[in-house]
Amino acid sequence: MLSRLFKRTTDSQPAADADGQPAEGADGQPAARSLSFDWRQYVVFIAFVVVLAVFGATLYDSGFLSPNNLLNIVRQSAIIAVMAVAMTFVISAAEIDLSVGSVAGLASVLSALAVSEYGLFAGIAAGVLTGLVVGSINGALVAALRIPSFLVTLGMLGIAVGTARWITDSAPVPILDDAFNNIFGTGQIGPVPSLLIWLGVFLVAGHVILRKSAYGRRVLATGGNESAARFSGVHTRRIKFYVLLASSTVAALAGMLYAGRLQSGRYQWGEGDELSVIAAVILGGTSLFGGFGTVVGSVLGALLVGLINNGLTLMGLEFSQQQIVRGAIIILAVALARKGLR
Amino acid sequence: MASSREEGIAVELKGIVKSFGGNAVLHGVDFELRKGEVHALMGGNGAGKSTLMKILEGVYAPDAGEVKVNGEPVEIRSPQEAQENGIAMIFQEFSLIPTLSVAQNIFLNSEPRGKGGLLDDRESRRRTCELFAEMGEDIDPDAIVGNLSTGYWQLTEIAKALSREAQILIMDEPTSSLSKTESEALFALIKKLQASGISIVYISHRMEEVFQIADRVTVLRNGRNVITDDVANLTLDEVIDHIVGQKMEAAFEWQEREVERTETPLLEAKELSAAGRFRDVSFRLYPGEILGFAGLMGSGRTEIARALFGIDKVDSGEILVRGRPVSIRGVQDAMDAGISLIPEDRRLQGLVLDHSVKDNLLLPLLRRLQRGGVMDDRRGEQVVRSLVERLRVKVNSIFEPIWFLSGGNQQKVVIAKWLAAEPDVLVMDEPTAGVDIAAKSEILDIVRNLANSGKGVILISSELVELLAVSDRILVLQEGTVKQVLDRREVGSEEELHHAVQTV
Repeated sequence: MLSRLFKRTTDSQPAADADGQPAEGADGQPAARSLSFDWRQYVVFIAFVVVLAVFGATLYDSGFLSPNNLLNIVRQSAIIAVMAVAMTFVISAAEIDLSVGSVAGLASVLSALAVSEYGLFAGIAAGVLTGLVVGSINGALVAALRIPSFLVTLGMLGIAVGTARWITDSAPVPILDDAFNNIFGTGQIGPVPSLLIWLGVFLVAGHVILRKSAYGRRVLATGGNESAARFSGVHTRRIKFYVLLASSTVAALAGMLYAGRLQSGRYQWGEGDELSVIAAVILGGTSLFGGFGTVVGSVLGALLVGLINNGLTLMGLEFSQQQIVRGAIIILAVALARKGLR
Repeated sequence: MASSREEGIAVELKGIVKSFGGNAVLHGVDFELRKGEVHALMGGNGAGKSTLMKILEGVYAPDAGEVKVNGEPVEIRSPQEAQENGIAMIFQEFSLIPTLSVAQNIFLNSEPRGKGGLLDDRESRRRTCELFAEMGEDIDPDAIVGNLSTGYWQLTEIAKALSREAQILIMDEPTSSLSKTESEALFALIKKLQASGISIVYISHRMEEVFQIADRVTVLRNGRNVITDDVANLTLDEVIDHIVGQKMEAAFEWQEREVERTETPLLEAKELSAAGRFRDVSFRLYPGEILGFAGLMGSGRTEIARALFGIDKVDSGEILVRGRPVSIRGVQDAMDAGISLIPEDRRLQGLVLDHSVKDNLLLPLLRRLQRGGVMDDRRGEQVVRSLVERLRVKVNSIFEPIWFLSGGNQQKVVIAKWLAAEPDVLVMDEPTAGVDIAAKSEILDIVRNLANSGKGVILISSELVELLAVSDRILVLQEGTVKQVLDRREVGSEEELHHAVQTV
C-alpha cells in the first residue's frame, strides 16, 4: 500500500520528490527493491581475472602461469593479505591503522629476541604480546580520548619502528629455532605452504566474523552511522577499541610470519606495508568512508597487487617503477570507490 | 499494572523542570498520553517541545518532576532505557545505518541468533517481512537503506520500533520531508497503529495535519503547558492563539517604512523552477525593501535562497539584477552580481569556528585586499574594526577565535562578513535562529538599517513575529510555489499570517 507511493531511488540522485509522483515500481513489484548493481563489489574480481589473463598471455614464455610462480605470488602476498583481513574491520568502522607495517617489524624483532633467549613459546608470546600492547594503546587513545586514529597510528608508526631499531641497533636478529620458522613461514603441511594455511584461516575466520557475527555487524553499523549505532545500543567506542586491538595483534602475527619466512627479526620487515594493506582493502571494495566491508575482496585485492608486482618484475621493471604503478593503483582504487559510493 | 491499564494512561509527565546553563527551558510541564491516542504536541520554536520529548526519550534528565509509564514511576536515563519502557522515537533520517539492509537495520543489536551464536539473517529477514505485512507495506528486507528514499527510512524506523515492542511512538515532524501522497499514506499507517493500541506523540507545526489525525493537542509556550484539550473542542484560531500568546516585545513592533517601488527592481525573479524543489517563483525586490519569505519547512524558502546564491541550479526561469538578466551558475557569479547569502546554519556554512573574528570577516574580501599578491593587513584591520563597531559585535579582541563568542554575536559576525563585501542584495536565512531575545532585536535593527541604507533584503524566518516586525511585503510559500504576496499593511495580526501559511 504505502510503499508503492514512495518513489524509489536506485541511483545516486537525492530523493527530492516534493511533487508526490507515484513510484515507478507500481506494477505489482515491491517498489523498495534496490536494483542498482553494486559493481564496486565485483570490480576486484573482474580486475583479477583481466590482469591474470593479460599477464598470462603476454608473459607466458616467462613462466608467469607456472604453478611455481603462482604459488610464489600467493606466498608473497599472503602476509599483506592477512593484515588486510584485520584492516578491513578497521576501515569498515571508519577508522584507519597506519602502524601495521612497523608493528610487524617490532614484533618480528621482539619475537626473534625471545626465541633465541627463551625458546619457541616465549617467542610466540612476545610477538603476540607486542600486538596486544600496541593495539591497546592505539585503541584506548582513539576510543577513550577520541584522538583521530589517523594521528594516533601515525605516531605509533614512528614509535614502533624507532623502538625496533633502537633495541637491535638496526641489526637483524637471526632465528635458529626450526620449529618457529616452520610454523611461521617456511614450513609446509604436505604440499601446502604454512603461509597459505595462515591465509586460509584468516580469510575464513574474518569473513564469518564480519558477515555472520554480532561483532561484525556492530563494526559495520559503527562505520555506517556512528550516532545511529549508538542509539541502537551499540557501544561504538568499544568497537573502535577492538578493531584497533585486533589490527595490531594481526600485524604482530604478520611480523612473526616475516620472521619465520626470513629466519630473522628486523625492523625493516613490514616497512611501508601499511600502504599496500590499505590499497588491498580499498581495491577489494571496502568503503573508505566506513559501513561496508568485504574480507574476501581484501584478500583478492592483496593477491591482485601481488599479481601486478610479480608481472611487472617478470616484465623487467625495476622496483622504483613498480612503486609508481602501485601508487597509481591506490589512487585509481580510491577514485573508483568514491564514484561507486556517492 | 492491571489498574493502570484501566486508567488507560500510557505516559504521565508531572511538573517537569529543565534548564540548560541557568537558562530555564521547561518550567514545570505536565503532559499526559492516553493509551491508543494520537496526541499532537505543538508550540513555536524554543517552546520546549523537543526538550520535553528528549526527557521522555532518555536523552536529557529532568531537573525536577516525575515520569510515569503505565502508571509506574520510572527513571529513564538513556535511549536504551526508554526502549525497555516501550518508548521509541521515530527520527526522520540519520538514525539508520545507510550501508546496511532494511532487515539488518531493524534488528541491529537485537539480531536473532542461530547456530553457535552467529547471526541468523534469514530469520531477521522473515520477521521483517512479517512486520511489514502487519503494517500493510511491501518492502524488500534486503534493500540497502541508503538507496531508499526518506519515506522508506521512516517506515523502517517504525518497523524497528515495532520489532522492539514499542507501545509509545514519538514522531517529530514526520511529514516534513514527505510529499503529499506519502504523508496521506503515513496517516493511514498511524491510524492502523493506533487501532492496535499504540500511543503516539505527534510533534508538528502543520495545523491541518494535527486536525486531521490527532485526538488531543497540547500547546507549549515558553516552557509551559498552555492548553491540553480534545482537538474537537478547538478551532484553528484558538490553537494559533495559544501558540502565539499575547506578549509582544517592543523590538518586535513594526515600524512602518516607505518604499519607492517605481525604479527598476534591485532583484527580480521570473518564473524560477527547479524540479522537486520549487516552481514558477516570481518576485521583485526594490532598493530599500525588506521582503519576508514565510512558509513551513519544506515550502521552498531555503531552496530559493540557495538558488539565488548559485549553490543549487535552477531548471528554468530568469534572474534580473537592476533590470539586467544575469546568469548565476556559482557562488562567485552571485557575489559578482551583488547578491549575498547569510546561510541557515552559521556553524556549518557561515563561519570557520577556529579562526579569528578578523580572519572570518575578511574571507570574502581576500581578493580585494590583495596588493601585488600580498594582503594589505592594515586596511583589513580597519575594515574589520569599523564593521565590528557598526554591528556592535561584542568581542574582546578581533583576534580571538569565533567559538569564544555567544550565538548572537557569532550571527552578527556572519552578517558583518557579508556586509564587508558590500552587496546590494542580502538574503538572510533564519538569521535569528538560536540567539537570545536581546540579540534577536539587535539583529532585526541591523536588518532595518540595511534597508534604510538602500539595500534590498530577503528575510527568511519561521518566526512570524520577526517577519511582521521588519518586512515591507511578505511572500507566502507553500509546497514550492508562491501562494500569495502580502503587503505588510494588509496583515492585521500574527494570527492572520499564521492562517495564510497554514491553510491551503
